[in-house]
Amino acid sequence: MADAAFAPPPGLAVAEELPDVIPARKRLTGVWGFVRRRPSVAFGAALLGVMALLAIFAPLIGTVDPGALATSKRLRPPSAEAWFGTDMLGRDLYSRVVYGARVSLIVGFSVAVLASIAGLVIGLVSGMVRWVDGAVMRLIDGMMSIPPILLAVALMALTRGSLQNVVIAITLAEIPRVARLVRGVVLSLREQPYVDAAVAAGTPAPMIVIRHILPNTIAPMTVQATYICASAMIVEAILSFIGAGVPPITPSWGNIMAEGRALWQVKPTIVFFPAIFLSLTVLAVNLLGDGLRDALDPRMAKRL
Amino acid sequence: MSPPLLEVNDLKMHFPLGGGLLRSPTKFVYAVDGVSFRVERGETLSLVGESGCGKSTVGRAILRLLKPTGGQVVLSGKRIDDMSSGTLRPLRRRAQVVFQDPFSSLNPRIRVRDALAEPINNFGLAKNRADLAAKLDALMDKVGLPREALGRWPHEFSGGQRQRIGIARALAAEPDLIVCDEAVSALDVSVKAQIVNLLGDLQKELGLALLFISHDLAIVEHMTHRVAVMYLGKIAEIGTKRQIFARPRHPYTEALLSAVPKPDPLAKRDRIMLKGDVPSPISPPSGCRFHTRCPYVFDRCRTEEPRLREVERGHEAACHLNDRDPQDNPLLDGARA
Repeated sequence: MADAAFAPPPGLAVAEELPDVIPARKRLTGVWGFVRRRPSVAFGAALLGVMALLAIFAPLIGTVDPGALATSKRLRPPSAEAWFGTDMLGRDLYSRVVYGARVSLIVGFSVAVLASIAGLVIGLVSGMVRWVDGAVMRLIDGMMSIPPILLAVALMALTRGSLQNVVIAITLAEIPRVARLVRGVVLSLREQPYVDAAVAAGTPAPMIVIRHILPNTIAPMTVQATYICASAMIVEAILSFIGAGVPPITPSWGNIMAEGRALWQVKPTIVFFPAIFLSLTVLAVNLLGDGLRDALDPRMAKRL
Repeated sequence: MSPPLLEVNDLKMHFPLGGGLLRSPTKFVYAVDGVSFRVERGETLSLVGESGCGKSTVGRAILRLLKPTGGQVVLSGKRIDDMSSGTLRPLRRRAQVVFQDPFSSLNPRIRVRDALAEPINNFGLAKNRADLAAKLDALMDKVGLPREALGRWPHEFSGGQRQRIGIARALAAEPDLIVCDEAVSALDVSVKAQIVNLLGDLQKELGLALLFISHDLAIVEHMTHRVAVMYLGKIAEIGTKRQIFARPRHPYTEALLSAVPKPDPLAKRDRIMLKGDVPSPISPPSGCRFHTRCPYVFDRCRTEEPRLREVERGHEAACHLNDRDPQDNPLLDGARA
């Protein structure tokens, strides 16, 4: 800004004001901009969206009753009539795989939500209350020494196979991971100067948790929840595959693969289609989780 | 004479080490081991010392962010060291804190407005919403930030601005005492000067007492009334700024002062280099805690712990040299002008 009253000393000249040489960077907005900036997240979200739509609208998208037997049409290869072929009881594989998405998604999301809530509560209490911490964490350590799949199998052995029991078993097996994560975050947050400042400012302990600690645990926990969702889908398929999951009459991807196992050398399609769907769904959830992690807190990304 | 605003008597803060769920601790860190001082209304007392000498722990114990393991903390006539947190809460208003790191001292998920309103609401200092808004505006004016900044998030501010917000939050409780725990150490020089001047102005305007915890003697000399020098959990020397800076009566103070950079490149410097490191506060040395590094050490120092003793009016030091004949006291040679 040239001041009118300002005269340059002799021998010196005032430079002209330079134009803005750096053009404003054009930033793509909207859906297309997001796809360009974060292709993997967009891909994951789209894939998961498709799976969810398949599961919700399963009866409307060219499927037949997934349990309907047709002994005359056993082990057909993929065709216009039966897109993925039929299994050894003549059931339409396409219908079974599409209905199987329901089981996987319900298990994945229920476990992610339930394990997050339970883990959050345990982690918060453990991180805030000293004397609870020792006891609870020893218990959690004990649970973590058992692989989640084994723990889920053991829990399923105690009850009968049903979707609800599968969800409960996998949730119990996944809680320790969330609880540990939340506890760790709480322990580091409570040492933050702003927490001390809030204590000095007379904020009661419950309000400190609600205002200063809980909101800062949400980001890492959401990221963890996506990984738990993916892991729960895999555990569910494994449970079904070894016959410890949902009842065999329910078409779940693990059940379909278990049924096709004996025939996989002659009819690989029976195992192939549910396996591909399971892989794609887990991939979609993981891509979404990575994107969430980067978006919510880049610094946290390195710690997880 | 009215009681001092803050009185600390023989404050002890021992942290257990090596204890577990079922085991009792075997050792203790003697972070603060018998510290006493007073802070009067409107006065600045600086607590200086090397890192790890326990000065921040003293600050945290006074704020009751830590429960002292021994001694008394008396804030305007009331003992707060053994109060339950419920009884203490209304009294917390009187002592507030400003921290070193301007980036972690504000919750990233809380807007400036809500951060400043928190103490006002906790202590019921605003009569209604209009009163609250007026108080918030006044706070921003006091610390020299635009009122529009109230609606912003902490990450939108620079370090110096955040420190101003931190000061505004401390002021929001209308305290009598602010503990400034290395409050300017993380800032660069020009911003540091601004914040120090702001604290000084606020002190004059509001009659605040400041407990200024710092390792930066140049800043301390600029803004303090009195100085307490800490070494390994104890006060080595305490006195007015003039006494401490001109006539130190403890070898540790003398060494600290010799390390302060002087703006004159031609000035003759008699730098006293201390040998070795600070001993561990887990097993402090016997006798005088400074004897392992003291340039004037003699036999008595190794066995007998020196008491804090008045050497002149308002000036106390814990050193056996002060018991000697003044002719034979190396601390009195060439007193600083």
